[in-house]
Amino acid sequence: MDHSRVSGIDWPLGVHRAFGAAEVRQIAVVPDAGLARLVTLCESDRTLRVVRLTCEEEGVALLAGAWLGNERGVLLMQSSGTGRCINMLSLPLAARFPLLMLVTMRGEPGESNPAQVPMGSAAGRVLEAIGVRVTRVESAEHIPDVVSSSLERAFATESPEAVLIAQQVLGFKEFK
Amino acid sequence: MSPWGKGPLPQDRGGPLHRRDVVQRLLKERGELLVIAGLGAPALDVTAAGDHPLTFPMWGAMGGAAMMGLGLALAQPMRRVLVVTGDGEMLMGLGSLATIAAQRPPNLTLVVLDNERYGETGMQKTHTAFGVDLAGMAKAAGFAHARRVTTMLGVARLVALIHRGTGPVFAQVKVLAEKPPLVLPPKDGGLLKSRFRAALAGDVS
Repeated sequence: MDHSRVSGIDWPLGVHRAFGAAEVRQIAVVPDAGLARLVTLCESDRTLRVVRLTCEEEGVALLAGAWLGNERGVLLMQSSGTGRCINMLSLPLAARFPLLMLVTMRGEPGESNPAQVPMGSAAGRVLEAIGVRVTRVESAEHIPDVVSSSLERAFATESPEAVLIAQQVLGFKEFK
Repeated sequence: MSPWGKGPLPQDRGGPLHRRDVVQRLLKERGELLVIAGLGAPALDVTAAGDHPLTFPMWGAMGGAAMMGLGLALAQPMRRVLVVTGDGEMLMGLGSLATIAAQRPPNLTLVVLDNERYGETGMQKTHTAFGVDLAGMAKAAGFAHARRVTTMLGVARLVALIHRGTGPVFAQVKVLAEKPPLVLPPKDGGLLKSRFRAALAGDVS
């Protein structure tokens, strides 16, 4: 099953175009099924450098370094990864670095893996608690525009933002 | 017991070095080098060597120095990038050794000043005090060069690698567990970032 096309809308294509329009150059990622098509699009784009991470917090520091060197980046992860970023976010928060985290949600109603529920339920509140602006998107057609405007605000204000993509947009993993 | 490991030091392996001497040597003729310093003593060491707009000393984000260096090295492929950090900071971000090795940035060097201690919290032992081999880990990850440095001659060779080597380069420099005088970097991270970006843009244009 292609998790990105549950709705029949090719939102990864729109997001990839938004990256191009914003002159994004580095894509930091820990994979998620919901991000698979977007990552494939990024990998086939010679203007983008895809950096695979062992842990999501690496991406927060990576993209701060990228901005020191005048390149823009985006950090892609599943909701479980948000918890692994919290203290590293002190870097963009205290030193005013831009950051966009694009988060595909797990643990929402319909989830069949109990281990995904605690972090999935808390991700938005935890990010907001430390000072990241959070925008949640519930429909596939709005994802590219929300990503585009969040990117613009993150870089204009040099501060961290997160866009959370609801699990209903992505579909639910079945264990069988 | 030697101050930097189990058992006495073999004579030919040199001594644990003074961290300020090492960093002074690394930055003495820095040229166009871009520098990131990990939190704690390394941030003070680079400042003692001379506050510089193209040095970004970190005040926190423990475990992030190497990755910050990678992002900078990828963004500035025509410049050489040096990360100076401590053993405790590096141990917190070991996964970044794998991430950097997978990217293979030729212009990036990580220098770990290894005093086998958490200096900011009371000199408690780190894992390297029990024999954990950081240079060996970097080598196994796939760094182009990974070495342990115990002499100032070794530091001089490292300077050549930093400026002309094909990286990524990793050096574990054994230093004394000492507390040199406090030389604090500017505390405003926003200022440190903005002056770095401005200085780089000035150089580039």
